[in-house]
Amino acid sequence: MGERAAIRLREMEFGWSGPPSFRLSVPDFSVAAGETVFLLGESGSGKSTLLSLICGINRPQQGKVEIAGEDLSGLRAGQRDRFRAENIGVIFQMFNLLPYAGALDNILLPLRFAPERRNRVGDARAEALRLATALGLPRELVEHGPAAALSTGQQQRVAVARALIGQPPLIVADEPTSALDAGAQAAFLALLFEQVRAVGATLLMVSHDARLANRFDRHVQLSEIAKIERGAR
Amino acid sequence: MILLRLAIGSLTARRFTVGLTVFAIALSVALFLGVEKVRTGARASFADTISGTDLIVGARTGGVQLLLYSVFRIGNATNNVGWEAYSEIAARPEVDWIVPLSLGDSHRGFRVMGTTESYFKHYRYRGDRSLAFAAGSGLNDLFDTVIGADVARELGYSVGDPIVVSHGLASFTEHDDKPFRIAGILEKTGTPVDRTVIVSLEAISAIHVDWTGGGQSADRVSADMVRAMDLTPETVTAAMIGTTSRLKVFALQRAINDYPREPLMAIIPGLALQELWEIVGVAETALVGVSVMVVVTALLGMAAMIFAGLNERRREMAIFRAMGARPGTILLMLVLEAMLIAAAGALLGMVLLTLGMVIAQPMVDAAFGLYLPLDAPGQRELTVFGAVVLAGGLVGLMPALRAYRMSLADGMTVRN
Repeated sequence: MGERAAIRLREMEFGWSGPPSFRLSVPDFSVAAGETVFLLGESGSGKSTLLSLICGINRPQQGKVEIAGEDLSGLRAGQRDRFRAENIGVIFQMFNLLPYAGALDNILLPLRFAPERRNRVGDARAEALRLATALGLPRELVEHGPAAALSTGQQQRVAVARALIGQPPLIVADEPTSALDAGAQAAFLALLFEQVRAVGATLLMVSHDARLANRFDRHVQLSEIAKIERGAR
Repeated sequence: MILLRLAIGSLTARRFTVGLTVFAIALSVALFLGVEKVRTGARASFADTISGTDLIVGARTGGVQLLLYSVFRIGNATNNVGWEAYSEIAARPEVDWIVPLSLGDSHRGFRVMGTTESYFKHYRYRGDRSLAFAAGSGLNDLFDTVIGADVARELGYSVGDPIVVSHGLASFTEHDDKPFRIAGILEKTGTPVDRTVIVSLEAISAIHVDWTGGGQSADRVSADMVRAMDLTPETVTAAMIGTTSRLKVFALQRAINDYPREPLMAIIPGLALQELWEIVGVAETALVGVSVMVVVTALLGMAAMIFAGLNERRREMAIFRAMGARPGTILLMLVLEAMLIAAAGALLGMVLLTLGMVIAQPMVDAAFGLYLPLDAPGQRELTVFGAVVLAGGLVGLMPALRAYRMSLADGMTVRN
């Protein structure tokens, strides 16, 4: 689709000597800009490690991790944190929100660490409310309710609004539907896709549930792109 | 701003443990400031009690002791000054005015002091204030008394009431054959004068005229008879002196100390007070030290509370990390949290102290004659606030460093 890849991993090696030792190698994996990719992997298959490498939390010992053309392995830890704040929206499996803060503050939080994203938004509060409304959240609840008062489904939608605010080019979602029942899962994915398409972002979603895959442009098995070695040295 | 708002939100979500910690810090700060208030209040109160007097003369003893019994009515004189010596000193050219003081008797726990009208004229307290009458007037008759404000209030006396002086300070022997009449009541001064019954020097002689040794002799002298007698005292306990010029104070002091016929002593009140503070200073330092340790203990309790909560907050930290927060930001947030708790504790402590003082101030004044002014927070409160917040931040650095290491290790994955 896009001429420049949103994610590109080449000859990447990451691991630790343990015990137990662990090694993850990704010879070549890329996601085009604007593409939606479903990455299928069982829990404990190294997904979390792969995501933390893509998000720049961890740094590979060898090879490259390029996000939107920027090689993260060449950046210092603080620069990678800043890069993540500016360019990547992250959605977790569950408990995405700070329970003591309001939904609105939860949505606004990433802008605190990403000044450029903040500037893109303009009126941050209005944009947060627009996103929340587009995601079907009652405005009253977003403005005044504590996050802990929201249902699990509502919390996940607040997490989507938080990931999307300021239009980061890449959205990374780690099993975002696993805490929802089947009906809610479909509705949630529909909303997620609608909003991701509206801003033209790239979506990388990791899940162990193959039934969710049909909406995506491409499905990938984790075992096809990555090799994992575990030892008990 | 959002980080501050989130920190406050996080603290209010844990309001019970945080509240207890804030309260512990508040109590410790109130204790510290209370000790400071009493300490400076006592000093100011002592210093305010005597001003405008250049020298105090008494029988040779310790300087602090002479100051304490003559001005503060604490302790007793071991010896007196002979009337002849007193008169000689009074006649010296350097002496502008002299006020004799005769102590030793009491009235229902309040000390009785014999003096002259010059006392009302020359006694100064709190800068340059003179004694003033709330009711009645000075000593006109031999058996007139003027009483301090506390004496009047506690015993419910008013002008015209009769009053009987007891012999000595803690005795059951009354000078009931020579009753006095209350001629005047003084305004409140916040000094030991409030707790003094003032009579004339002659009256002291009059009530003791038929006493020898420790008891009243058989041939009594009635109140009417005594009026006809010569009531010049044989001794006085001490005397307050004002010199004609400050420059002459030291010369006069030397002359009195070298008085040949009697062992006398003259002290400069300010210097004797300084000597007193040097003695009391050790205890003061110990008290301040203890209250500082109490503040430190409360702050360590806060650090322990934050430590205990860290494990439950790993998910929160992972969320912050995923949003792009650096581990350093997490460290800063925990330090901020500690400083907020410390600040809330310090503020609450000041409120508690103020409330406590509103309640305790009249009692402390009545029980110890110590007037603690209730003034607006000043430089000292600001310094203490700043120091507590800063110390809170430093102590908070311990759990913050641990959170920093945890968030480095956890990244954005949540380990439970």
